[in-house]
Amino acid sequence: MTYLTKPKLHHPTLKTNKVGYTRRDYEGKISTLCAGCGHDSISASIIQACWELDIQPHRVAKLSGIGCSSKTPDYFLGSSHGFNSVHGRMPSVLTGANLANRELIYLGVSGDGDSASIGIGQFAHIMRRGVNLTYVLENNGVYGLTKGQFSATADAGSKSKRGVINRDAPVDTVSLALQLGASYVARSFSGDKKQLVPLIKGAIAHQGAAFIDVVSPCVAFNNHEGSTKSYDHVREHNESVNRLDFWPTRDAIKVEYGEGTVIDLPQHDGSILRLRKIHAEYDPLDRVKALNYIAEHQAKGELVTGLLYIDPEADDLHAHLNTVDTPFNQLGAAELCPGTGPLEKLNASLR
Amino acid sequence: MKAKRLEAVNDFVIKFANVNGSGSASANELFARSILRMGVPVSPRNIFPSNIQGLPTWYEVRVTERGWLGRRGGVDLMVAMNPQTWNQDLAEIAPGGYLFYDSTRPLPQSRLREDINAIGMPLTDICNATYDDSRQRQLFKNIIYVGALAALLDMDAGAIAELIGEQYKGKEKLLKPNLNAMQMGRDYALAHLDCPIGLRVRKADAVGKKIFMEGNSAAALGAVYGGATVCAWYPITPSSSVAEAFERYCKRLRVDQASGKNKFAIVQAEDELASIGMVTGAGWNGARAFTATSGPGISLMSEFIGLAYFAEIPVTIIDVQRGGPSTGMPTRTQQSDILCTAYASHGDTKHVLLFPEDPKECFEFTALALDLADRLQTPVFVMTDLDIGMNTRLCDPLEWDDSRTYDRGKVMSAEELQAGKDFGRYLDVDGDGIAYRTYPGTHPTRGAYFTRGTTKDRYARYSEAGPDYVDNMQRLLKKFETAKTLVPKPLLTPAQHPARFGAIYFGSTSPAMAEALDSLAAQGTYVNALRVRAFPFQDEIADFIAAHSKVFVVEQNRDAQLKTLLVNEAHVNPASLISVLHYDGTPVTARYIVKEISAVSAALNVRPLKQDKAA
Repeated sequence: MTYLTKPKLHHPTLKTNKVGYTRRDYEGKISTLCAGCGHDSISASIIQACWELDIQPHRVAKLSGIGCSSKTPDYFLGSSHGFNSVHGRMPSVLTGANLANRELIYLGVSGDGDSASIGIGQFAHIMRRGVNLTYVLENNGVYGLTKGQFSATADAGSKSKRGVINRDAPVDTVSLALQLGASYVARSFSGDKKQLVPLIKGAIAHQGAAFIDVVSPCVAFNNHEGSTKSYDHVREHNESVNRLDFWPTRDAIKVEYGEGTVIDLPQHDGSILRLRKIHAEYDPLDRVKALNYIAEHQAKGELVTGLLYIDPEADDLHAHLNTVDTPFNQLGAAELCPGTGPLEKLNASLR
Repeated sequence: MKAKRLEAVNDFVIKFANVNGSGSASANELFARSILRMGVPVSPRNIFPSNIQGLPTWYEVRVTERGWLGRRGGVDLMVAMNPQTWNQDLAEIAPGGYLFYDSTRPLPQSRLREDINAIGMPLTDICNATYDDSRQRQLFKNIIYVGALAALLDMDAGAIAELIGEQYKGKEKLLKPNLNAMQMGRDYALAHLDCPIGLRVRKADAVGKKIFMEGNSAAALGAVYGGATVCAWYPITPSSSVAEAFERYCKRLRVDQASGKNKFAIVQAEDELASIGMVTGAGWNGARAFTATSGPGISLMSEFIGLAYFAEIPVTIIDVQRGGPSTGMPTRTQQSDILCTAYASHGDTKHVLLFPEDPKECFEFTALALDLADRLQTPVFVMTDLDIGMNTRLCDPLEWDDSRTYDRGKVMSAEELQAGKDFGRYLDVDGDGIAYRTYPGTHPTRGAYFTRGTTKDRYARYSEAGPDYVDNMQRLLKKFETAKTLVPKPLLTPAQHPARFGAIYFGSTSPAMAEALDSLAAQGTYVNALRVRAFPFQDEIADFIAAHSKVFVVEQNRDAQLKTLLVNEAHVNPASLISVLHYDGTPVTARYIVKEISAVSAALNVRPLKQDKAA
């Protein structure tokens, strides 16, 4: 954590992407989170993913709830509009924003208190509705801003910094998202940027409800012996089922792997997600099998990470509602107001 | 002893007592519409339970050539079709009034009243003899009694036949049996009953171009005309039919001809928190959005209303008020959300409220609310109620000006940003308290800002510094002052003679008040009346109060909420205000207002002049 202002000048030799931006152009304000916070690593991965995807920063809308995680949208994509809404209610605000303008990219950032406790209802329903977004849950199992209370994702048996053992069963947001119809479901670890950046890129390219649960240790309140969300614990129990590579077009794929070890998943925008299998038996195209696999490994104390499920044919809320292609916020009276003709007819029918 | 007979032409009240779910609603409405077709105004009201089938329900029709559309009170003719409520229905009939009942099972004299005129007709017998199917027996019984009433009230059977024809146009299978049932009822009555009774409907020309519509439908249509594209809602009586009507109108009026795609999105949310959240998100992103709800929904939405106030996001909320507190009286009417909306959410907040009096104003004020929300970048409430929302009401035809465009308020464009115009999201450049906003995605490098419910400076940077906070809160007050110049002005109805007394009223009290003023004038009590149509209150309201020695504030709640708001916000001396409060869940009547005002004015008139001046 620092109070120094970031210099605005960029080094002239900084590399630019296809839309002419340097990686620095995707940064935001200096983080006010604790030094070593997992959330800052996630922000860095979001920055990296957007830069690599050649997204114009202002075409992204970033929305969040309340809490440490929900502060982070201020720390990346400084040229994007951001909305720090109310606790647990980011999903509804994002749904409305998405309806108003279908052309922007929507990034929802939330925490485990925000999504699994106060906002579990809204989390459930945005997944059900298939809103086209990337939902990043920065999951540390603890309430950081109010100093270390357990959250609903804390594992039963895990110990708080003050030595209290959590007896309540945890909410598993990944299984919930799978059950509720999310069409892209992943889990990762804030300390594994190599895994996380492609997962974020894949989620952004995905045209439906994409959910990523990112275990993100809280260095201040949940990084001790006995915690199941600490850096050490997660590194030890991380069970990655696959590795994702993101290819902007099919032509770009050059690397070849042995037969049966990769799955190519073409996306609506023409990009390709290539999954390299680590666990050969894991099938990310089967929702039910994915659920079972996660549950079995969870019972063994393993944290399954990677792209857990994808429906390459997914559609979104706009498709369900059959809305026009033009964003609603560009429609005026000429397009929306029926005028006096139909009104007179209506008056006549009401006599 | 023979009971006296009430005699009245085009001025009486008929009430239907039915069982919920028995199909009576459409027959009763057919009856009301037939009278309208005869050129005689009617004012019908549904009095229904929070239930789908089995509980008692009533439909009250006031026939009123003079056009008094408020509830009158009292019943001149009771159509008693519900044995459950027999005693209570019987008791309601005015002496000399009429009881129409099903005489299939003979009733002992002890179950009737001597001072009313009982008209028995063996409806069940007739139905059983005519129809085999039990559902048909039930449904046609309703049409048969409408036919009988046509004979008893000397109505134009042609008008009823015409309406049945319109209703079942293209459905010949239904048309014929309905016409037959109506005719059967009429023929039976003409042959066996003493027709007509003392109450009669006579053709008149008092309806003119007026339309007959529910307030909720009108509000929904106002949202269509006002350019709402996003509707997020959660079902709650009495507001659900706003969203349902919005969907119906949109399917007719808002589907793009070429692509077949919708220029609207309707989401039935998981709760009121989500519905207002969606409206807030859509408003933030530049679409016009609204929700419709009732008191319990307002309680749930309060957190978001505070966010929208403080982060300055356009939001339109249609509050169809019902009886509170808590679940209260879900199917009864009140004006009891005034304070909880005016000051919704924690901290210092004030919100814009509009008070429509009838469906026409529901239409106009909803369209206006969408403009005001954009102009003022704040929540705007359309405060209707169950009485206006869920009853078909006679009102002037809806009007629209085709040259009207939408006022999207202060939105800075990409061109202005490119030209280097200074953008401070909370910077008051025009002195009206309203700052410029940008839609997300407008410009690659300029105009982005972070929206939050926490405090900030003029450039939307997070700041808990006292001066920044106070500066922002003062600007919000200035913005509320600006709102005064934009909301509908109060309307004055001056008495025909100089008056010491004034009366303030709003919303659905309007028709009862108009009638009460007429009755009061007839008995020599002159009252100037001011209909308040919005909050914040304009100076005219305080001036009106100052110009009278006493002002009655007529409202439909227990705690005199509008009066409280007047004292608080218009800096009025509370001693000059006298409350007339009606809050039993039924719509206020002219009779009630007259009784209350007469009693007080009589008491005030006997006071010595000196003491009155001191008051």
